[in-house]
Amino acid sequence: MSTGLIFACGGAILFVMGVAGVILHDHLLRRILAFNLMGSGVFLVLIGLAQRGGVPDPVPQAMVLTGIVVAVAATALALTLARRLFALTGGYTLPKDGDE
Amino acid sequence: MNVDLAFDLLLAAALLWSAWRTLATPDIFRAVILFIVFGLLLTLAWARLAAPDIALAEAAIGAGLTGALLLDAIGVLRGRKKP
Amino acid sequence: MIRSAVVILAALFAAALIVAFLDLPPAEIDLPAAVTANMAISGVDHPVTAVLLNFRGYDTLLEIGVLLLALIVVLAVAPREEVAAPLVASAADPVLQTLARIAVPLMLLAAVYLLWAGAHQTGGAFQAGAVLAAAAVLLHLAGLLPGWSAPGLSLRGGLAAGFLVFLAVAAALLTEGALLQYPPAWAGALILLVEATLAVSLGLILAGLFLFLS
Repeated sequence: MSTGLIFACGGAILFVMGVAGVILHDHLLRRILAFNLMGSGVFLVLIGLAQRGGVPDPVPQAMVLTGIVVAVAATALALTLARRLFALTGGYTLPKDGDE
Repeated sequence: MNVDLAFDLLLAAALLWSAWRTLATPDIFRAVILFIVFGLLLTLAWARLAAPDIALAEAAIGAGLTGALLLDAIGVLRGRKKP
Repeated sequence: MIRSAVVILAALFAAALIVAFLDLPPAEIDLPAAVTANMAISGVDHPVTAVLLNFRGYDTLLEIGVLLLALIVVLAVAPREEVAAPLVASAADPVLQTLARIAVPLMLLAAVYLLWAGAHQTGGAFQAGAVLAAAAVLLHLAGLLPGWSAPGLSLRGGLAAGFLVFLAVAAALLTEGALLQYPPAWAGALILLVEATLAVSLGLILAGLFLFLS
């Protein structure tokens, strides 16, 4: 079990926890948290599998660097939309089916 | 089982435990703080994976900036800021 | 009912993934060797910077475009105010302000160092931009920098400069051959130019994602 493989397996479990969190939570902020966990899990899988032989690989490292910055931009955008929803409805949950 | 393997397993377990507590804790403020903790542990994981560039970016952007944005959004929820 | 179904399916999926990971054969393409073989013509000494700004420069160009797009949408959706947001009055803490005043020049120095060091060792435009954004957020939280409202001309120029300079370099190189194929004699200088504007722009964009909402 090399370092890369351990963190790749950890990343897979993180991703799955994030997916379950996005599906099961109602509060939008918790969904955004779970979405970030999904992203971190994917990054760990990318680097962990690429470096499972123990040799540092610069190409997936550059891709994950790009990914982290894009993830923070997506999170900021999601939070802006959530705050807009809060300003309009007073809460951080989406209206259920059957509401107007 | 040498020290490297034990450290990696411990770090991965800490990552998973902090992620689980982030998703499961009932207080949203605590969840964001635990998410920042998760980000810092992830920085250690990147350092362990011989990726110092990613570790720097994760510490500054992943843990720092994302945590600040989330705390801002919670401040709106608690009425300390106007949305 | 739904909860337990989702949790069980998720656990099964994780188990399948882990079994697949443990079974992978060694990779067929050896990317680290390919990068090391081409480091001489890349213009920098650090492999990650070479990949980010030379070999996969197109990805970085699109990334800064995506960031600019996200900022534009944030500006469009965030509630507009007519006057700039007032300084955070509750943060007029002399200890925090003194700390901010001492730390921010050091953070600017660290950002410039990270940008310059990115050519030879760990560092680069993204780390430098992140430190710049952190300095701006620290100033705002200490009450020394007001929140941003509608951006003026110079701020708009700063936000767009990174993407535009990178695009101009790419377009200029298009006339010579392929997109973003640096001539080896110019590669170092072009990468430094692109990285410097990228770092400033990135810092402004990341700071703006926080400050336009305050």
